[in-house]
Amino acid sequence: MDLFEDAPSPSNAPEFTVSEISGAVKRSIEGEFGHVRVRGELGRISRPSSGHIYLDLKDDRSVLSGVIWKGRASQLATRPEEGMEVIATGKLTTFPGQSKYQMIIDDIAPAGAGALMAMLEKRKAALAAEGLFDTSRKRPLPYLPEIIGVVTSPSGAVIRDILHRLRDRFPRKVLVWPVAVQGAACAPQVAAAIHGFNALTPGGAIPRPDLIIVARGGGSIEDLWGFNEEIVVRAAAASNIPLISAVGHETDTTLIDFASDKRAPTPTAAAELAVPVRMELAALIDGQDARLTRAITQGLIQRGQRLRDLSRALPKPESLLQQARQRLDVAGERLPTALRAATQRKKLHLAEVTGTLKPGLLRRGLQADAQRLTNLGTRLDPALRRTLSDRRRDLSQQAGRLRLTTLREDLSRRVDRLSDLIRRLTDRAGRDVADRRTRLTALDRLRVTLGYPQTLQRGFAVVRGDGKVVTTTQAANAATTLDIEFADGHLTVGGKPRRPKDTPPDQGSLF
Amino acid sequence: MTEMTVDQMTFEQAIKELEAVVGKLERGDVALDDSIALYERGALLKKRCEDELKRAEEKVAKITLGADGQPSGTVPLDD
Repeated sequence: MDLFEDAPSPSNAPEFTVSEISGAVKRSIEGEFGHVRVRGELGRISRPSSGHIYLDLKDDRSVLSGVIWKGRASQLATRPEEGMEVIATGKLTTFPGQSKYQMIIDDIAPAGAGALMAMLEKRKAALAAEGLFDTSRKRPLPYLPEIIGVVTSPSGAVIRDILHRLRDRFPRKVLVWPVAVQGAACAPQVAAAIHGFNALTPGGAIPRPDLIIVARGGGSIEDLWGFNEEIVVRAAAASNIPLISAVGHETDTTLIDFASDKRAPTPTAAAELAVPVRMELAALIDGQDARLTRAITQGLIQRGQRLRDLSRALPKPESLLQQARQRLDVAGERLPTALRAATQRKKLHLAEVTGTLKPGLLRRGLQADAQRLTNLGTRLDPALRRTLSDRRRDLSQQAGRLRLTTLREDLSRRVDRLSDLIRRLTDRAGRDVADRRTRLTALDRLRVTLGYPQTLQRGFAVVRGDGKVVTTTQAANAATTLDIEFADGHLTVGGKPRRPKDTPPDQGSLF
Repeated sequence: MTEMTVDQMTFEQAIKELEAVVGKLERGDVALDDSIALYERGALLKKRCEDELKRAEEKVAKITLGADGQPSGTVPLDD
């Protein structure tokens, strides 16, 4: 058809299969870039369990895939980290299965000092954050170590400098643990040596040092790099034996310096830190000895002096007694005379008192009392008699006033009055009774005259019906029986028969 | 005061106690008996220090490592 006929006109270029062209490209690339050094920043890094490392190298415009095979990866001096500026050494190859090319990296190294320092700072910060550099971890150095372990190269100026300075100051036993002080072997060997010294047992076949010096002479930052490695720093921090680091010159600082217990600026300075100067110690001891002797001597002298002073101040025993003895003598002499004088005084006083005491004095007192008694006795009788006669006179006066006639007159007067009163009472009573009897008779007469029975005498009668006075005919008709009273008696008018029960049967017999 | 026997002391322990003993004696406020005891102990300490100083011998050896990287012995270091 037309479609096929319109196909592009054939050219004389040869035709490849995909595999053919892929193989050609591979050969061409591997031939052209069999050994290259590529500078770039490390991008994404992956570490699968296979042990190979896959990473990207990049700059501001391009990306190059790379792989570090397992065998090489374990030998790298620098651990690749993202963001690190590196120089990768290796060859380019293709991966035909995915139409890709990549770099097989044999070695990788930080690019330039700036990159190294940046890496160092980052590692330092990480280890510091773990506390490995804390001052609280630092151990004090022994004052005078018995055995000093030195981790360094056995052949070199460093160990000679250290031994020389030790000999000057204080010769000691030194154990050298030989290590490589640069290159890839340096870090693992130094770390192993520090661990090894710590693993020795005190008093064993190989004696355990009580101080470790890790030393190396000056060099470039790359030369000293092993002492920045993490395993070395960790070994130094973990060491139970106090450790002095002395790596490089005074201006060089490696990470082991932060983890060590003491940093010495140079190996020689490490030896100075390690031991004191023997002669100075000897002088110190001599000085102490002299002071010791002087102090004890001084103490004894002072005590002796004090004893002498005190004993001088102590009074003599005789002098203590003499005064007392004198007082005794004086008192003894005065005693008999004093006794005599006292007796005399008492005697005199007695005489004074007894002189006034006489019988006459006593008798006079008795006579006066007897006289007083007699006087009082004579006055007693008349006084009693006078009193009695006074009383009797009073009594007779009273009795004289009390007369019987007066009493009798009074009594008869009262009797007269009584009988008069009785008479008057009787008179009055008799008169009253007669008066009242007269009035009663008159009134009764009047009563009889005025009463209805007198009227009956004159012919009148009283009619009663059923017990009541009947004054009208109507009442008379209503009554069952009528009773008529006359002056000489009653008459009952029958009228209606009485009911038997009202009237007892024996009453009818009256008529 | 450390009642450690003087023979077991390190140089540093001995010299520290020696200094303390000297200081006490110099203050002079110790009883006579005690000061004599202190003096005697001071003499012992001083002797210990001197002995330690006399033991200042130099001996330098190099560790030899076995095939496993562990120390196997020592040899004199040819300086």
